[in-house]
Amino acid sequence: MRYLLLIYTEEQLEPTGDAAGAEFAAYDAFTTEVRDRGIYQAGEALRPTTTATTVRVRDGQTVTTDGPFAETKEALGGFYMVDATDLDDAIQLAAKIPGAKHGSIEIRPIFDYGAAEGSASEAVGAAG
Amino acid sequence: MPPPTDPHVAVDRLFREESGRVVATLIRVLGDFDLAEEAVQEAFVTALETWPARGVPDNPGAWIMTTARNRAIDRLRRRKRLAEKAELLGREAAIEAELAEVDPDSSIDAETDVSPIADDRLRLIFTCCHPALAIEARVALTLRTLGGLSTPEIARAFLVPEVTLAQRLVRAKRKIRDAGIPYRVPPDHDLPERLDGVLRVLYLVFNEGYGASSGDRLIRRELCTEAIRLGRVLVDLMPDEPEALGLLALMLLHDARREARTGRDGELVLLEDQDRGRWNRPRIDEGRELLERALRMRRVGPMQLQAAIAALHDDAETPAATDWQEIAGLYAALRRIEPTPIVELNRAVAVAMASGPEAGLLLVDALVAAGKLETYPYLHAARADLLRRLGRSSEAAAAYERALELTANEAERTFLDGRLAEVARG
Repeated sequence: MRYLLLIYTEEQLEPTGDAAGAEFAAYDAFTTEVRDRGIYQAGEALRPTTTATTVRVRDGQTVTTDGPFAETKEALGGFYMVDATDLDDAIQLAAKIPGAKHGSIEIRPIFDYGAAEGSASEAVGAAG
Repeated sequence: MPPPTDPHVAVDRLFREESGRVVATLIRVLGDFDLAEEAVQEAFVTALETWPARGVPDNPGAWIMTTARNRAIDRLRRRKRLAEKAELLGREAAIEAELAEVDPDSSIDAETDVSPIADDRLRLIFTCCHPALAIEARVALTLRTLGGLSTPEIARAFLVPEVTLAQRLVRAKRKIRDAGIPYRVPPDHDLPERLDGVLRVLYLVFNEGYGASSGDRLIRRELCTEAIRLGRVLVDLMPDEPEALGLLALMLLHDARREARTGRDGELVLLEDQDRGRWNRPRIDEGRELLERALRMRRVGPMQLQAAIAALHDDAETPAATDWQEIAGLYAALRRIEPTPIVELNRAVAVAMASGPEAGLLLVDALVAAGKLETYPYLHAARADLLRRLGRSSEAAAAYERALELTANEAERTFLDGRLAEVARG
């Protein structure tokens, strides 16, 4: 089952200098582990929230604002998309992401439209 | 115990005790909580129709399994007829085949079982108590699927509207399905933490029933009964887990005092004022035996420590005979594993009993100074009690007043009012 692992960290607390080198190496190791398992789908680091732009359309008007969607202490800094066995597997992976030590990882299951839609009992319900 | 004369009640009780295993197995095979519950519900309706007249079957569990399994097969066949995709058809056929192989007579002691922990009920308990579910959802789901309590019963017990409880259950099951929460006993390396989660859910249920909070007395007794019953199931399934034994012991040792805790008019009776003759000795003995078995495994944990404290209380023939020194020591040990302010508060109360109110007050005031438990009524009640014993009446009065501000329960308020009047007088 595919999951998005969203990495939220406090940008001010991001490691610098030597610590940054160690952090990179840690991410490298994690990516390798996930690739070796054959479950890696995607993964990127995002540029900081100072480079973010938010777009909304209200009443036909496109409203563009500087900055991320929500001004929170922890900001989205990167993500991995993995094909894990189940939620427990995804949780174990998330715990290994270096950002988990000082930030938060949100796990979101990906909506798989390709597979059988919903549960068959919904089909029964609809058919009455 | 003589069977009740009302056949409906007999069926209800028997069904509730036997259906947990059936539900658990069907959920595993069908991969669907709702479908499993519906099948069991249909079997229940049939039982209500036929058991009173024909008599209860010799093996009710097997009967329920067979009947529910057949109802599930019927439903699957209806789904197959409506299924449009070949993929769906194939899956339904596979489930039907697996369902047909379910052996209604299999018991957990059968030598054919690979290990006791393969029991589906264990899978179900761990799934219902998964940390990815909100705690209220875990409690509701556990009671609904394993406890066999109805949605209105659970709603009444936790003082929430029925529709809120129903929604909570729907969302929990949906999350299990959509987020991919696996239906299994966690692997060994996860087990300690996950078992701890299960124990906390059961303890929460027990406390809800045991606590003095307002609410329907009958349904609260039901919660204690269910918590203990599920505790027994857990011990049956995991006999080598000392904390599981510890929890069951703890619940039994507390439950043993139930009759003596409330007075004639429903008022609260303190431990020191309880008629110990009304304590349930067989329960106490059972609790102590379980605790001793747990301690022999030499893996002490919070449940065992709390059970040991309860056992010391139950051991004392009179309040004066209570070994408070030992209890204070146990709370100190508990604090090392679970360094929470509430444990510290309990320790302070024990220290006061063992070494005098001055010593206890020192510890309580340290909590106050650290800003802990300001909105916890028992902190102020305990502080008030110590001040009262030291003859510091006006300070005691202020503390009782603060405790009253934070207490909603009628029985507790009556008690605090009484104490307040006492210190105001003198």
